[in-house]
Order: sequence, then C-alpha cells, then structure tokens
Amino acid sequence: MKIIAVCGMGIGTSVLLKMNTEKVLRTLGIDADVEAADIGVARGMARDAEIVLTSEELAEEIGDVEAQVIVIDNFFDLDEITEKLTSALE
Amino acid sequence: MTVNLATELDAASIRTHVTAVDWQAAIRLAGDALVAGGVTTDDYTAEMIAAVDKLGPYIVIAPGLAIAHSRPSPAVLRAGLSWVTLDEPVNFGHKKNDPVSLVIGLAALDHEGHLEMMQALAGVLMNAKLVAALKAADSPAEVLALMASRELQRKAHS
Repeated sequence: MKIIAVCGMGIGTSVLLKMNTEKVLRTLGIDADVEAADIGVARGMARDAEIVLTSEELAEEIGDVEAQVIVIDNFFDLDEITEKLTSALE
Repeated sequence: MTVNLATELDAASIRTHVTAVDWQAAIRLAGDALVAGGVTTDDYTAEMIAAVDKLGPYIVIAPGLAIAHSRPSPAVLRAGLSWVTLDEPVNFGHKKNDPVSLVIGLAALDHEGHLEMMQALAGVLMNAKLVAALKAADSPAEVLALMASRELQRKAHS
C-alpha cells in the first residue's frame, strides 16, 4: 500500500506527518510506504497511491483523485491519525 | 539515533514571549530569528510569508503551532530552525488550530539533508508537557536547557 503525506513545500509539515503516520502504521501493524510530497507533485503521485494525507487547505488544491484524501487537523495527534486511517482502510 | 534539538537550534534563533500584531509579523519574527542564527537571508522571510499568501494557513499543523517555512532556495544558507513564542497568540486564519502561540521557522537546503533535525523536532512537539514548559520558558537559555534535559531523560529510558 502507498500513502502520500502532502504539504505545500515538501520539506516541513509533510515530513512531520510522514513520521507520525509511520508511527501509527507500526502500531497498527500495517505495512505501507509513506512518502512526503509537495502539492506540485502530489496529484501525479496520487495516481498510484491508496491514501493521501494532508491538511484541509491543501485537500481542496489536490482536487479529484482516485486515492482517498484524508484531512488531518492536528499532525501530532496520533489518535486522530489512527482513527482516520483505520476508518479509511475499512 | 535522534539528534538533540538543542544542538540544532542556535540561541540567537530563539525569541521568547515576543509580540506580533498579526501572522505576517509573527512569521517575520521567525524569519529574523533564522537570519540572526545565520540560517537564511532576509529574502527567505518574504518567501515564507508568500507561501501562506499562496497556499493558505496550512502551516498551522496543530493547535497553537505554526511551522513557518518555504522551499529550498538561494536564500537558505544552511538547514536550521528558529523558535518564537508569542506573548499574545495571533490568528493565522486556520479553522481549527488558531490562535498560534508558537512559531517555528524552518529552512532546508534540499529534501533530505534535514531529516534528523525533523525527527528531533517531531520528538519535542509530540511531547505536550514539554511543549507547555517550552512555551512558558522565559529565555533562550531556558528553552535550550529544557530541550537538552528531555534528551537526557530519553536516553535514560532507552
């Protein structure tokens, strides 16, 4: 499974989101590739990904893609990430 | 092995309990602190503000916390951070995480060279108790001491 963490620049918030998502996946025992991406390349990368994680503002920019787009409000709330990932994978 | 955030942060790049009238001023404080630490030039500060103008307040990634940054550019001299706590929180226009009382300035030379620093940063920001103590800290020395002491505690546990 491929998951993309998206931010505006690809060096800051997406990197933090990627780290915390990997932590959650380890706890859940789910094997997945998590990549950080900036908004410019995210649409293309989303083509072969199952899930896109990002913030509300950027979810609108990503627009219509095959992958499920999940909005994370607090990038440091592992419970929120766990909950939203789990329901997306159901 | 995670690096200690205290070693990544120059005392010159820390501002405690400063005042900003709006989010632009708050980012400017974080940018000036990066410049003071020799991380960036003034141009990067303008680039960080332009990023929010263009993409919105997505940099407010947790309640009260903004990670001000732009992409790698000639205005970045080295990968680094700044740390700014605001006496009066300011609104960035984020629907859920406003108002912001901690602005972290971030600059990187490329997409990979700063990952250890990001891991150290994530380790600090995940710790709500430590963040509360850091927000209350009154001086750059106190901020650095808190970050360093946490690292010691972690080593003791691992």
